[in-house]
Amino acid sequence: MRTVTVFALLVVALALSAAAGILVGAVAIAPGDVLSALLGADNTNGTIIRELRLPRVLGAALVGGALAAAGALLQGMLRNPLADPFVTGTSAGASLGAVLAVALGFEPALVPLAAFVGATVAIALVWRLARLGGRTTVLTVLLAGVVLTSFAGALVTLVLVSSDRLALRLRAVLGWLQGGISVINWNELAVAAVVVAVGVVGALLLAPRIDAYAFGEETAAALGVDLDRTTAAVLATTALLTGAAVAIAGLIGFVGLVIPHALRFLLGATHRRLIVASIPAGAVALVLADLGARTALAPAELPVGVITGLVGAPFFLALLVRSRRVIA
Amino acid sequence: MVARQIRAGYREREVLRGVDVTAHAGELVALIGPNGAGKSTLLRVLGGLLRPSSGSVTIDGLDVMSLDRRSIARHVAVVPQVFETLFPFTVREIVALGRTSRLGPLGTLGSDDARAVARALDDIGATDLAERRIDRVSGGERQRAVLAMALAQEAGVLLLDEPTAHLDPAHQRATLARVATLARVRGIAVVAVLHDLNLAAAFASRVVLLADGAVVRDGDVKGVITAELVAKVFGAGLRVVAHDGRPFVIPEPATALERHARAG
Repeated sequence: MRTVTVFALLVVALALSAAAGILVGAVAIAPGDVLSALLGADNTNGTIIRELRLPRVLGAALVGGALAAAGALLQGMLRNPLADPFVTGTSAGASLGAVLAVALGFEPALVPLAAFVGATVAIALVWRLARLGGRTTVLTVLLAGVVLTSFAGALVTLVLVSSDRLALRLRAVLGWLQGGISVINWNELAVAAVVVAVGVVGALLLAPRIDAYAFGEETAAALGVDLDRTTAAVLATTALLTGAAVAIAGLIGFVGLVIPHALRFLLGATHRRLIVASIPAGAVALVLADLGARTALAPAELPVGVITGLVGAPFFLALLVRSRRVIA
Repeated sequence: MVARQIRAGYREREVLRGVDVTAHAGELVALIGPNGAGKSTLLRVLGGLLRPSSGSVTIDGLDVMSLDRRSIARHVAVVPQVFETLFPFTVREIVALGRTSRLGPLGTLGSDDARAVARALDDIGATDLAERRIDRVSGGERQRAVLAMALAQEAGVLLLDEPTAHLDPAHQRATLARVATLARVRGIAVVAVLHDLNLAAAFASRVVLLADGAVVRDGDVKGVITAELVAKVFGAGLRVVAHDGRPFVIPEPATALERHARAG
């Protein structure tokens, strides 16, 4: 019963936040005009709604859903309620891949692929680093993530200042890096949507085996989980979801961490249900955050990463304090 | 289950140096021995979780080392020593983890699985707990949930690593009584690492005494838990007395010499 209620609320919240995201913007457009614009009216309003606001809302929803699903996967496999693509350095790796692809003049459609490669390298490295002591603890994962985020960040800056191609658009690139769903067209959206869809299917297929990690890897193995294959699949799926999210919206922290964590209290721990709920919940969170970013200092626009950082970082700290018992 | 001439270890350190163990259906075999004797390592080898450098483990003539993880889990269930989880699974969801090796291609469980879970809960007397959260039940109840999880695997062999480690004496007794009964009624071969020699004496159908990575003696309770062997393997300070036809191991108080040494 509670599960049904939570899912119903999530669907309603998604519809409402998407409507708000489309209705509200720098240019005031009456709801009636928004409707006719959505139905194909051929005027300025139509262009604003169909080419700017709608793809932006869909992009935010896609990114939020992908990050929350990736966070649920990582938390389950690492048995770590503080893990997500951002704090593990996966997002930073993806951003390095994306920036390199743009600097080298790749086709825009290849940017998500480059971000995926960067994310894969990053998460594989974190996994290795965190296991140096023989077993992964919450703390070693976070430390490895910090190291990797700084390193990838330094490389991103290096590429930015040394690339003529990027130097011309430094402001736009910096805005994107901070988590800005600024420039998005239907093509990019379609590519990212396909990648996220593949990632979500992978995540749902992996979910029951991730449940088996509840008591640790050795018990998962004893229950019949092939650890090497499952680990590789989970890391690859996380990288896929993160790569798509970063290619659209740069570095957005804490959505992947907070959403699955909060939903676990409402819906329990099994990962299939958790992932299914995390997707709309993450979408709502990021659509609202993006709305806030567009309106807080209007007409100026904040990168959405600023909003998620302002809300998410205190939440993360509170979690850290509460779970100090288990972090080592 | 038959293990022959097992040699195994970690990196350069060899822990098991040619161990033979067998466990038949319906019997509870207690693995006893001092810390570092290799009991837990042997259990990991029997469960296919650690590959031995030489030797073989077979179940009904089937070579465990040649099977993949999923197939091993259908033949051998392992009750973990640590059963703490940070996540709010219900007891029923935990027991259902025992069906992981039988998940369908889409990762779903069928009605057979639901039946196996219900039966495991019933066998262990945990049906009342099924909808409670695992992080909100007592240590003894959590241990029952984990035992039910292993039973739900419906494997012919059940391995337990110190199943009574964090329990009070009444729960220790209840756990082993339950396991011994299940072994007999369901025809499961149980191998349990036990630290408490008195529990081993009370519930084991056979006792295997390990020391230094080798079997010192394998036999019935009275033949293995003897004053001579206990003194030889565990050292001084433990008295073995016979009572009700079985041996009891009683720690002696500190001697005058030990008290003196500590004071000084």
